[in-house]
Amino acid sequence: MSAPAPSVYSPEAVAHAERLGLTMGRANLEVFAETLEELAKDDPSIFAVTSDSRGSGKLKPFGDRLPNQIVEVGIAEQNLVGIAAGMAAAGQRSFAVSPACFLTARSLEQIKNDICYSDVPATVVGISAGVSYGALGSTHHSLHDYAALRAIHNLTIIAPADNHEAAAAVRFAAGHDNPVYLRFGKAKLYNLPHGDQPFQPGRATLLRQGDDVALVGIGEAVIHCLLAAQTLAATGVEARVLSMHTLRPLDRQAVEDAARDCRAVVTAEEHSVHGGLGGAVAEVMVELGGAPPLKIIGVPDEDTVTGSQADIFRHYGISAEGISSAAQSLLARQEALR
Amino acid sequence: MTQRPNFNDDQLLRLSVRMRQDVLRYIVAAGAGHTGGSLSCLDILNVLYNRVLRVSPQTFSDPGRDRYVQSKGHSVEALYVVLAHAGFFPIQQLETLCHYQSPFVGHPTRKTPGIEMNTGGLGHGLSICNGMAIAGKRTGADYRVFTLMGDGELAEGSNWEAAMSAAHYGLDNLTAIIDHNSLQITGPTRDVCSNEPLDEKFAAFGWAVVTVDGHDYAQLTDALSNPAEPGKPTCVIANTTKGRGVSFMENVISWHHGVPSQQQYDDAIAELQAAERLLEESAP
Repeated sequence: MSAPAPSVYSPEAVAHAERLGLTMGRANLEVFAETLEELAKDDPSIFAVTSDSRGSGKLKPFGDRLPNQIVEVGIAEQNLVGIAAGMAAAGQRSFAVSPACFLTARSLEQIKNDICYSDVPATVVGISAGVSYGALGSTHHSLHDYAALRAIHNLTIIAPADNHEAAAAVRFAAGHDNPVYLRFGKAKLYNLPHGDQPFQPGRATLLRQGDDVALVGIGEAVIHCLLAAQTLAATGVEARVLSMHTLRPLDRQAVEDAARDCRAVVTAEEHSVHGGLGGAVAEVMVELGGAPPLKIIGVPDEDTVTGSQADIFRHYGISAEGISSAAQSLLARQEALR
Repeated sequence: MTQRPNFNDDQLLRLSVRMRQDVLRYIVAAGAGHTGGSLSCLDILNVLYNRVLRVSPQTFSDPGRDRYVQSKGHSVEALYVVLAHAGFFPIQQLETLCHYQSPFVGHPTRKTPGIEMNTGGLGHGLSICNGMAIAGKRTGADYRVFTLMGDGELAEGSNWEAAMSAAHYGLDNLTAIIDHNSLQITGPTRDVCSNEPLDEKFAAFGWAVVTVDGHDYAQLTDALSNPAEPGKPTCVIANTTKGRGVSFMENVISWHHGVPSQQQYDDAIAELQAAERLLEESAP
C-alpha cells in the first residue's frame, strides 16, 4: 500500500472547507517549481541548486528543460548554501533548495555568513517544511527554522499560505536584491479568499474582517484560522483573520491594529511555540502595552507525537477546533475580568 | 584593465618586507590581530595581487574580474595591507582597524574595497568559490577564482564536501591555496587533528596538486599563474612558516593571535628594516 497523500486537513476540516465553497489547489512546492521554471526560462541568471533534492523539490522538469540552470551538489547542505552564495556573489540569482529540516540546521552558518552577512541575492528554499514528513519523525521536522532564522539580520522570511501566495513569493524572491528564505510544505492547499488584495511582502493579508478576536496564521496554519473564524461566527464571535505570510520583516502595524481592535489574539503556526510567529507577535504586543491576551498555537516543547502531518496538526490544535476553542477561552477570560 | 607595476622577484620580495612591517604596525594600532598567520600567507597574497589576479581597484566591479576569497579570514591583516598597496584604499585608513565604527573589521567584509565576501567562520571559502567558478563555467566567463585556506581549517568537513563538488564539476578555473604553516591555535596541526598527507588527499578527491615553497616568488608565480591541469581544480600546497620574517615569532604558537608589546614591535621592525637594507644593497 502506498503512503497516503500528505495533507494538513482532517476529514472534518475538508468537510468544513467544502461547506465554505473553498477550492483545493496544489502543493506549494509544485507551484514553486513551476513558477521558478517559468522565470528561469526567460532569465538565464536564475539557478536552482539542489542537494539530491530535485525529486522532493519537484524540480525534475526544471532540470530536464533547463539543464544549464540546475546545479546538483549531492547530499551536502553546507556546500549547497555556500555554492548558492558564491553564484549569487558572481551575479546570478540562485535558489538553494533542500528539505527545511536539514537546510536550516546543518547549513545555518552558511545562511548566516555566506548569504545574509555577505548580503548576496540568494534565496534559501526550505522544502517539505514543518511536519510535512509527518511520521518520519523529528530528524525530518523543521520546527526550529523560524526561531533560528528570525534572529539573523538581513533575511526576509516568507511562508506562503496557498498557491497564490506561493507564486507571488517566488516572483518576489527572484527580483529581490537581498537574501530571502521561502518555506514550502508538501501538502495540497485550499485556495484562500484573497479578493483583490495583491501579495505584498511584509504586509499581512486580511482574509476576514472582524473585531472580537484576531486569528493570525502563517503558512499551512492559515486555512485553519479561516475555518475557526467560521466556527466562531456561528457563536456570534467575529474573528479577523490575517495571513502573516512574511515573518520577517513582520507587519507590526497589522499586529498593533489587531491588538487595539480585538479583545484577544490567537496565533497559529506549524512550528515550535517558541521563537516563531507567536513569539514575534508577542514581542510587538508587549511593547505596545495594554494589549489583550494572546494564545500561541504550535508544537509545544515536547517530543513531537508520531503521526501524519494531519494527525500532528489536529493533535496540537492547529485546527479549526483548536484555534476556535483557544479564542473562546481567551474571550471568556476577558469577560470574567470585566 | 589598468597596468600594475611589473615587479621582478627581488622587488616583490622587498615589497613584502615593507608589507610585513605594515602588518605589525596596524596589528599594534588595533591591539588585536592574527600575527603569525598573516605573516605566513603574506607572500602568497603579494604574488596574487601583484602578478596573478586580473583585478584592480578600477575593475573590481567588472563581472569578468578574477576573484579571491580568503577562507582563512582571521589573517585579514595581511589582506588589508596587500589591498592597500594595490591601491584599493589609502593604507593610513588601517589606523582605525578594529576601532569603534571602523569599516576594517577583524575578519574580511565587503565594507572594505577589494573584498569579495564576508568570511571568518572556517570552512566556508571553498564552497563559495565553487559557486563562483560554476557560475563562470555556466555563463561562459573566463575569470579564475582563488581561495586561501589554513591547514588547521581543513578539519572542517564542509571543505571536503566542496573538494568533491569542485572535482565533480571539473572546475579548472578554481585554485585553492593551502597556507601550510602546520600550526594552529592549540598546537601543531599534526597533534591537534592530523590532515596529512594533504597532497594525496586532494589528489584522491580528483584535484591537480602542486606543492611549493610558500615564500618563494618564482615557485608561487609558476603555480598560480595557470591552472595545473585542464578539467581539474588546482590545489597549491604552499609550505610556509608561521610568523615568517620575524625571528622570535617564527613557528611560535603564541603568535597565532599575539599582539606585540612596544619593545617587541620595535625589535621586529628593526629586524625587518635590516632585512630590507640588505635586500636593497644586494639588488642588481
